[in-house]
Amino acid sequence: MAQTVEANVKLNLEGLLCPIPVVKVSQAVKTMNIGDVLEATATDPGVMADIPAWTKSTGNELVSMEKDGKLIRFLIKRTK
Amino acid sequence: MAKDDGVTIIVMSGDMDKVMAAFNIAIGAAAAGKETNMFFTFWGIKAIQKGNLTGKGFYGRMMGLLNRGGINTIGPSRFNFGGIGRWMFKQMMKQHKITPLEELRQTAIDLGVKFWPCEMSMQVMEIDVDNLIDEVEKSCGVATMLEMAFHSKVTLFI
Repeated sequence: MAQTVEANVKLNLEGLLCPIPVVKVSQAVKTMNIGDVLEATATDPGVMADIPAWTKSTGNELVSMEKDGKLIRFLIKRTK
Repeated sequence: MAKDDGVTIIVMSGDMDKVMAAFNIAIGAAAAGKETNMFFTFWGIKAIQKGNLTGKGFYGRMMGLLNRGGINTIGPSRFNFGGIGRWMFKQMMKQHKITPLEELRQTAIDLGVKFWPCEMSMQVMEIDVDNLIDEVEKSCGVATMLEMAFHSKVTLFI
């Protein structure tokens, strides 16, 4: 899938388990400007549910999320 | 910022598994930008103790001896088997790369989660403020905890 959105910040969350991925994402997003996009990779299957839940409760935008084998890649846009 | 949508967690249990769940939830809440307060009472106080011996009177010192050690010495609520279970759990957590309890507590502190020790429990068990980790807020009682709970959307008793 071609990515149209360019990431400003990249984060490697591979091998990390709950609750650390959410913590790292929240810390990274905090340092970004509104409108910036974070690209992250993770391997914890729990991330598939937790990241959408986190964006929902914080009001940020989950641009995309895809799983390729064990690797999960997602983009979050800071909107708040 | 946060208005009446904070998270209050009352930690009564001093069991490893339950304390871990409590810190986990607190971290998740803080990471979602919610004002998060943890109120430690009774056995839960062990999770914020430095781990040195406590107590002044005979009973207090006996209690301090039985309850000695900090957060790293607490065992799971089931299958502890006199400490073997704790050791096994720690090994398994390491194997699966789960964050150890002490690091989890530090993460909560770093995210701005506030720790409130229960004054009454401290007095009963003869635990001094000096026996607690430096990051704790001032000791308080049920009114302070309820005041936090009234301004929270989520209040948990663990």
